[in-house]
Amino acid sequence: MIQLEVQDLHLSFGGLAALNGVSLSVDPGEIFAIIGPNGAGKTCILNCICRFYHPDQGRILFEDKDITQLSPHRVAHLGIARTFQNIELFQGMTVLDNIKLGAHVHLRSGFLSGALYWGKASREEMRLRREVEERVIDLLEIQAIRKKIVGTLPYGLQKRVELARALAMRPKILLLDEPMAGMNLEETEDMARFILDINEEQGITVVLIEHDMGVVMDISDRIFVLDFGTKIAEGSPEEIQHNEHVINAYLGGSDEAFSKLGI
Amino acid sequence: MENIDGTPLPALLKRNAHRYGEQRVALREKEFGIWQSVTWQEYYEHVKNFALGLRALGLGKEDKLAIIGDNRPEWLYAELAAQSLGAIPLGIYQDSILTEVAYIINHSEARIVVAEDQEQVDKILEMADELTGLEKIIYTDKKGMRRYDDSRLIYFPEVQELGREYERDRQGEFDQNLAALKDSDVALISYTSGTTGFPKGSLLTHRNMLRMALNLHAVDPKREDDEFVSFLPLPWIGEQMMAVSSALAIGFTVNFPEEPETATADLYEIGPHVMFSPPRVWEGLSRSVMVKHLDASWIKRFVYRLAMPVGYRIADFKFAQQKPPLNWRLLYGLMYLLVFRSLKDRLGFSRLRSASTGGAALGPDVFRFFHALGVNLKQIYGQTEISGISCIHRDGDINFDSVGEPIPETEIRIDNADPSGVGEIVSRSPALFQGYHKDPEATRATLIDGWLHSGDAGYINEAGHLICIDRISDLMSLVGGTQFSPMYIENKLKFCPYIVESVVLGHQKPYITAMICIDFKHTGKWAEDRRISYTTYTDLAAKPEVYDLIEREVVRVNRSLPEGARIKKFLLLYKELDPDDEELTRTKKVRRKFINEKYAKEIAGLYGDREALDIESVIRYQDGKTATLRTTLQVCTVPPPEEYAAADRVSLWKRVFGR
Repeated sequence: MIQLEVQDLHLSFGGLAALNGVSLSVDPGEIFAIIGPNGAGKTCILNCICRFYHPDQGRILFEDKDITQLSPHRVAHLGIARTFQNIELFQGMTVLDNIKLGAHVHLRSGFLSGALYWGKASREEMRLRREVEERVIDLLEIQAIRKKIVGTLPYGLQKRVELARALAMRPKILLLDEPMAGMNLEETEDMARFILDINEEQGITVVLIEHDMGVVMDISDRIFVLDFGTKIAEGSPEEIQHNEHVINAYLGGSDEAFSKLGI
Repeated sequence: MENIDGTPLPALLKRNAHRYGEQRVALREKEFGIWQSVTWQEYYEHVKNFALGLRALGLGKEDKLAIIGDNRPEWLYAELAAQSLGAIPLGIYQDSILTEVAYIINHSEARIVVAEDQEQVDKILEMADELTGLEKIIYTDKKGMRRYDDSRLIYFPEVQELGREYERDRQGEFDQNLAALKDSDVALISYTSGTTGFPKGSLLTHRNMLRMALNLHAVDPKREDDEFVSFLPLPWIGEQMMAVSSALAIGFTVNFPEEPETATADLYEIGPHVMFSPPRVWEGLSRSVMVKHLDASWIKRFVYRLAMPVGYRIADFKFAQQKPPLNWRLLYGLMYLLVFRSLKDRLGFSRLRSASTGGAALGPDVFRFFHALGVNLKQIYGQTEISGISCIHRDGDINFDSVGEPIPETEIRIDNADPSGVGEIVSRSPALFQGYHKDPEATRATLIDGWLHSGDAGYINEAGHLICIDRISDLMSLVGGTQFSPMYIENKLKFCPYIVESVVLGHQKPYITAMICIDFKHTGKWAEDRRISYTTYTDLAAKPEVYDLIEREVVRVNRSLPEGARIKKFLLLYKELDPDDEELTRTKKVRRKFINEKYAKEIAGLYGDREALDIESVIRYQDGKTATLRTTLQVCTVPPPEEYAAADRVSLWKRVFGR
């Protein structure tokens, strides 16, 4: 069964074609990495899936349902969550509030009962808090910062909070846009461990864009290579590491390229 | 209080379960953001099930059980479970590196180890080839463990389930085991990572631990409804004394923080009545108050600066055992309402009744600081070998140079005293240990005719207080013959909020020097406030502005030292001293011998005439990886205080308004 399928996606900004007929399919429970040079169109694919961009042509299917025409909040409701390349958190709010916002799509109580914090609203809030604590905060080890204001946290922790917010959405599939960018070695290792934990313990499919080849080769089940809006290769980490196209076209075929691919 | 003399520790747990049952909370752990309570009855059930589970796994009398992990209820369950079978538990510091873990497991011949989580399990599995005697690894946190298939691994609740099954056919066996325990049985092997060589394991009996708890209780009473927060490593005897023996004997509640990083926030939430911490905790707290008040609004800064001198004055009256005059008392009362009450509350100290520091010497400045706030901080003196403590201050008789008087049933003697009365501190009490595990030679050297030879230099003053100067082996003298205690100067340096650790040198040298580690957090904050950009610790420690900042502090310290014993030169180290690099013991004491060897080049630089040294150093991580660090180190010559005097005279205006 295919969980997420992108068929023949085209996207252009004026005369610039960002995506040129990209097709990919993601199986449930796998870690699927998308790699490629800067400007290859990786983030464009994610933005199309999340419905931030509207593709010129092509279809996006999630669990056999066409989501190409849905609005972003409907897509979120279906179980597609994401994090951003540049952190998009509410800087003035606490970590806990940011995370709880992630679960907002699933809350049912109305404006009035929410404002009065009465009956169903308070029960729902308690349930949510419990879930956030058990499934998100404990997993990502952010107990010490739950009451901190996001803007005061270092970059690496903010990235973790962003992941936490996406996780609070109870997603079926998680789209991570460069989760390790700008992190030091230790933070990168922690993040890789969290991604594996999320994937294996909660069975969430992960689509990952990342430039750190060490991490990509280490944790991905399948890798999809994109260049100038077109797919140039797809396969397991071993296959990609030895793929002539990838080495020549994408990394320039130098010795350096080999080391980048971790060979 | 009823007579509980001669009761082994697990039997005390049974007594408490009978007495308090479901009515009182024995343990509390913050989990998922909520404080979860364990009653005495539940505590007892957990221990019983785990004990029988261990029995089912084959643990028998005198077998050893190693425990490694952060402070959690399971740590105590495991310890008491082993004791109730007549087996012997031992703790390993949770931040130990692989080889240390392996050494202790092998040396103790532990058959089973209780490891908290993936991190600790990894350490053990990595060394598995060397750990031939190890049969089972019990883990308490499942997270990240799904892929592990080593046949020795078993989950903590599964062991308790084994225990329940085991009991089905053997009703009453647990009680028989308890009844068979003697108070002279060994209850714990307490491994101390000494400042030299491999860790040594002190054998402590049930009687040792209980007598110590009761004798301390007699002079520093605790109550059943007291709260205690256990956030220091449980292998440390001080934490054993509070969280295990005292808690069982007196029945107060032990609280465990959510994560080590949340300890200060959790401390604030609990508001403990009892606290016993080594100096570094008190130093850290005082440093953070001093730094954080700078961030406050000008009005708060103003009252803080107004209040502190009043607090210090009252503290000095207290040390001198004088009743402060009425006007000072009124002033202090006002300052208490304005500042100290809320400051104590922020630290989590508003209910604190019994506060003590031990394990190493606390500098007089930090000591005065807490008394100024109104925290009745007491100095404790003792060793692991005497189950933790032998001396403590009494209420109303507190003095920052001394460590107080012996607790009941404890005798202190000064051996080989010189004419001024200074000699080796020797002690004896019912809490005296049985010897070192598998090390008769060290035992013979320490335990002579039933007296514990501490290796500490000290004397007893007219008031009968013991004064501990330093380790005998650490006392130093300059070439000219001037004697000095490096620890004394180091403690003075550490009172500065920007200095986290220092090593004072000068034995058989012409003058005194210091290697100083800056406090990354506070100095970093200081630098940011002044728009000084930096990247790493190494970079920050090399900034000329930081050197100037520390130079001012060194001059301040020099001013309070006799002229012959002042610091002439110092340098700022490019890394913090770390137990992983064997520079500190696991209880964070400086290992001078090792540092003298490791930093030979730096030390030579302090006694040479060059102002810059090129340094290459290897840094080790807990998982065994290493990294090399290259840097240029500045040596700073400290100007005499007189030259500083004019610039440093602070006007009242500046002191109050800070500008």
